[in-house]
Amino acid sequence: MKLVVLVKHVPDEIVDRPSSAAVFAADMTVDRAQLTGRLSEADEYAVEQAMRIARRRLDVQITAVTMGPPEAIRTLTRALALGADEGVHIVDEALHGSDAQATSRVLAAALARCGFDLVICGVASTDSGMSVVPAMVAERLGVPSVCEADGVWADPGWADGDVIVARREDGDHVEDFAVPMPAVVSVTDRVGEPRYPAFQAIVEARQKTVRTWSLANLRIPADEVGLAASASPVRRVAPHAARRPALLVDGEPDAAAARLARHLTEHQLI
Amino acid sequence: MRPVLVLVEGAERDGGASAAGGADGAVRASAFRLLTLARRLGDPVAVVCHPVAAYGVDALARFGAARICVAEPADPDGKDTAAQSAVALEALTELAWQMDASAVLVPSGRLGREVAARLAVRLGGGIVTGAVDVRPGPDGPVAVQEVCGGTYRVESAVRGGTPVIAVDTGAGEAEPDPVDPVVERMFVSVAESSRRVRRLARRPKADRRPGVAGASVVVAGGRGVGSAEGFTLIEKVADALGGAVGGTHTAADRGWCPQDALIGQTGAVVHPRLYLACGISGSVHHRAGMHHAATIVAIDTDPDAPIFRIADVGVVGDLHDVLPALLAAIARQRAAERGGPTP
Ligand SMILES: Cc1cc2nc3c(=O)[nH]c(=O)nc-3n(C[C@H](O)[C@H](O)[C@H](O)COP(=O)(O)OP(=O)(O)OC[C@H]3O[C@@H](n4cnc5c(N)ncnc54)[C@H](O)[C@@H]3O)c2cc1C
Ligand SMILES: Nc1ncnc2c1ncn2[C@@H]1O[C@H](COP(=O)(O)O)[C@@H](O)[C@H]1O
Repeated sequence: MKLVVLVKHVPDEIVDRPSSAAVFAADMTVDRAQLTGRLSEADEYAVEQAMRIARRRLDVQITAVTMGPPEAIRTLTRALALGADEGVHIVDEALHGSDAQATSRVLAAALARCGFDLVICGVASTDSGMSVVPAMVAERLGVPSVCEADGVWADPGWADGDVIVARREDGDHVEDFAVPMPAVVSVTDRVGEPRYPAFQAIVEARQKTVRTWSLANLRIPADEVGLAASASPVRRVAPHAARRPALLVDGEPDAAAARLARHLTEHQLI
Repeated sequence: MRPVLVLVEGAERDGGASAAGGADGAVRASAFRLLTLARRLGDPVAVVCHPVAAYGVDALARFGAARICVAEPADPDGKDTAAQSAVALEALTELAWQMDASAVLVPSGRLGREVAARLAVRLGGGIVTGAVDVRPGPDGPVAVQEVCGGTYRVESAVRGGTPVIAVDTGAGEAEPDPVDPVVERMFVSVAESSRRVRRLARRPKADRRPGVAGASVVVAGGRGVGSAEGFTLIEKVADALGGAVGGTHTAADRGWCPQDALIGQTGAVVHPRLYLACGISGSVHHRAGMHHAATIVAIDTDPDAPIFRIADVGVVGDLHDVLPALLAAIARQRAAERGGPTP
């Protein structure tokens, strides 16, 4: 069974930068050169979900795929340390500034090239967090998808063996879905905490195979992706006026709490 | 003017908390905000993919839905949520092509995003999610997003024949503009890839407190709460205010609060009237899930915690002292309102 995990390289923490110049570059994209990157947290759960499937059956091969700048190799190495068997790095200067359309197109092409039974994604990247790439990839590949699953099972005992079962919460209900493979799922952090990789696994990760593909390798014309082809060009970025609290209370707890309770009552909040 | 399609979400069959009216045939209030925005861009067309009652139609008409298309599956086999999104996808695709719509607006929840994602691939234009505002621009709609937990406002032009915009409908007001609607029915056949997702089971979760989704008051705790026992204090305050209990990634991770109480980028995104953040520094992850709350109150020992930058009311202090004092103060006030003796 071929599992592919889509992993994104994201800037570490971009919120507490003093000005937008430190976060956004002149072309109004996130200035990744100024920020250190890492494997998007949501995608660590995707790798963990793949590992949970792999621990229950013997025939599983896990490929981690990322589309990202040269530094994104760090993200792949991390995914390999967390348990993926091999990596694919799609890197091409022309991809800078790609929108969700271009990203899903490139990822779908890579999946078509490497083949898959099940694609596992994170729910949302920690930088732009659109939560659309998994379903867009599925649509391009013409396969079913279950987004935001809280758990996925692909046990050989199930039905014909080529069906996965995905569970997710819907308001105050829990739902189980059966989906024939090939399919795409995105998983939440309820699938379970990723195991912290042992030192041995980190060392071994450097020995695993990483294939590097360019746009030409995927037969995608460079002028159809990237910033210039973006269908949602950013016109303006402005820091949202950082407002100080309208009311700041400190001092002795009883007095502070009484002040707070009065404020909440006056504003009819309680 | 070219038509603008609006996806109307229905109330769950068994009546979700966030459903307007909570009964079958009702429509969710998200549609009213979408119609308000759609009117700025063109002629709104409401697309409904569930059985809708007369009062649902009336509600849509009050917000300017001059045309209402009610879509049903041609083979009446699926009535579950998976099928609702499948029907929505087919109906919106067909109508966007047929009417040469200038944009499609959907609510930003899971269903809306799933529909938006597949629809955008079919229509080939731009896609934007989490828009807090939409207005006409020189070459198509302009969408406003708040990124990095509300730190920046980003304005993007959304290009392509029919751009798809998922709107965070809790971030703005709906304004009425009553019309006499024309109601049409349409039948769609669902794509094989959607039909292959089969729902095996649906069962209620057992929980006594309101869940964070749709709650009007949320009391949330973070690292500063310190322990699972500490969370009973958060629960007491939530119960006193009739609110839901929420938690940060740290709190959920350590099992101090249930996983489904997680608020943030990978958890729930909430829009309560009142958000009480206790011992929460305010990471981007967390802020992404709560910065749209109408009023944010933060209690934290660290006066430089980022949460204070988005809070309306900040209390610098130890939550273990402030919250019991707050409970006492609220009890005193309530007793005074009733005219009884103050404890
Ligand atoms: C602030 C900001 C706002 C943006 N707004 C828009 C916009 O409105 N419209 C638009 O089209 N684009 C937008 N973009 C560009 C957007 O980041 C990229 O298109 C991105 O590739 C797709 O979205 P995402 O990261 O939000 O993915 P999501 O849909 O949130 O990602 C979900 C999952 O898909 C997989 N995945 C996503 N990207 C990759 C990747 N590169 N490699 C491997 N796996 C991946 C991962 O498993 C991930 O967990 C924006 C970018 C930024 C920084
Ligand atoms: N007893 C406490 N009461 C209030 N805030 C606290 C307390 N102890 C720690 N904190 C704050 O809790 C925050 C940790 O939140 P987080 O980083 O979101 O997990 C930090 O800002 C601390 O300053």
